[in-house]
Amino acid sequence: MMPLSQSKLIAGLAAAGGVLALLSLALGPARLEVGTTFWALLGQGDPIDVLIVQQLRLPRTLLAAMIGAALALAGAALQGLMRNPLAAPDVLGAPGAAAFGAVLAIALGLADALSFALPVAAVSMALFSVLALVMLAGRNANMLTILLAGLALSSLSGALVALTLNLAPNMFAALEIAFWLLGSLEDRSFRHVALAAPFMVLSAALLLHGRMGLTALSLGEDVARSSGIDLTRLQWATLVGVAAGVGASVAVAGVIGFIGLVTPHLVRPLVGHDPARVHVPAMLAGACLLLAADCAARLIPTTGEIRIGVLTAMIGVPFFIWLVVSRRHSDLLQQPGGPA
Amino acid sequence: MSLKLERVTIRLKGRTILSDVSLAAHPGELVFLIGPNGSGKTTLLRAVAGLIPHEGRISFAEEALSELPPRRRARIAAYLPQGHLAHWPITAREVVSIGRVPHVSSLNRLGSADLAAVTRALDAVDAATIAERPVTELSGGERARVMLARALAVEAPLLLADEPIASLDPAHQLAVLAVLKQTAEKGGCVIAALHDLSLAARFGTRVVVLDRQRIQADGPPATVLTRDLLRRVFAVRALEIEHEQGRMLLPWSVEAPK
Repeated sequence: MMPLSQSKLIAGLAAAGGVLALLSLALGPARLEVGTTFWALLGQGDPIDVLIVQQLRLPRTLLAAMIGAALALAGAALQGLMRNPLAAPDVLGAPGAAAFGAVLAIALGLADALSFALPVAAVSMALFSVLALVMLAGRNANMLTILLAGLALSSLSGALVALTLNLAPNMFAALEIAFWLLGSLEDRSFRHVALAAPFMVLSAALLLHGRMGLTALSLGEDVARSSGIDLTRLQWATLVGVAAGVGASVAVAGVIGFIGLVTPHLVRPLVGHDPARVHVPAMLAGACLLLAADCAARLIPTTGEIRIGVLTAMIGVPFFIWLVVSRRHSDLLQQPGGPA
Repeated sequence: MSLKLERVTIRLKGRTILSDVSLAAHPGELVFLIGPNGSGKTTLLRAVAGLIPHEGRISFAEEALSELPPRRRARIAAYLPQGHLAHWPITAREVVSIGRVPHVSSLNRLGSADLAAVTRALDAVDAATIAERPVTELSGGERARVMLARALAVEAPLLLADEPIASLDPAHQLAVLAVLKQTAEKGGCVIAALHDLSLAARFGTRVVVLDRQRIQADGPPATVLTRDLLRRVFAVRALEIEHEQGRMLLPWSVEAPK
């Protein structure tokens, strides 16, 4: 497919995001007309509608968009850095580690669920896990090593979360944590938005800044370095950026998987394969995806609301399997890229 | 505007690869580095490109390259590594645009000068017709030409090419070497590692022979490439063939070194 012009694609995705956001604001216990929602968002119309839209629903919609964008950007950046389309925060175990950090902070009473200790714990644990991964696998590791190291780290953080639940002081706390881990955007407030926003801004700044380096890196490390790219800095910026984005997302909404893996693949055919050009469209597409998933989670008739993390995993896992199967005959699992 | 290596020593993992090497190369020269496998050709090129640390001084136009900011150094020395890696199916034109990385802050907004450099580079290697094809789908020869175009697009005064014709068919070998020769004739300083002695003699203005950590010979191909040198450095017995355009050496049989 011919790559679309970047600005047209971005405009299209932004428009889709706007429509989905409006739909997301209209959904809830009291369904509103889309038109009513639009005016209520601008502060016009029935004061109760205004209150519902601006105070109760806007934070949830904002968080869905922010988290979708942050996770998709993290995925795009990691795939660029590792030069492999299978790389993603989920595959590398970062969300699991962030969840462990958050759970630990809650269980130790370091944080009631609304202080900065929570995202800081989640971000640090996510950073720790990506660093551990790089140290385990080495910078030029092949994808198999990276996947195995990611699997080991995911299992470890899963076990540590289970241990924390196991030792939790009361069943109620354990249940609360367990549900939170499934990933949800229910009943989020502007304080959650404020909690996540600084980390996500930091993440976006770090990940968007080094984009050109990722393009140069598609021809290998020697070409990138001899083109004046500081690879050590690029690698650190990417790892810290990914940890900040993923950690902040997990801290406010639990584990929402696979957005980071899937989204870059969806936009790549539209923008071409230059890793730098994937970033911005991936952010917008990620926001759209999570807004759509969050609407779906509320529209699917179930007794309780279906958890958004469960929903993204149900869609993401088959996609991941398809990705592996469709590439098993390529050299992907042997080499970080490599000549075709 | 000359490249100078003064008493350069390079150690990798505790092993001395090059010891006390001094060399100067000037605009208009096409210098071929030859030597047996493991003689340090790649190492020397990588050190000049700033990819590995070295002792001694490597300077261009009297400025020590190791003291320059990486982007500035990248504008002085373009490096074409072996292997021609491409990790994503980006188009040939996008590959060549990467040559402009040292000059711009974003590849999304290339100026007219940058776009012109990319077009010139594509034309130089005769790749304009394959510019929109994914680089991963190109043949080995096409890919080698596109990768060379990427290095040319830097438009650096110094071009370092590591075995640019390895695993190419004869026509592509001649095409790539002709481009290197042209680049030198236009005032560039080109240094390339090469294994083909007759092509080195045919295209090079100068040949530098590396062996046992040092430069064993340095000069015009006709004086440097002798049967004696081939026996000493490569341990081969060579045939000397007279033809209508001169004389060439053809490695013929392995000879135990003395």
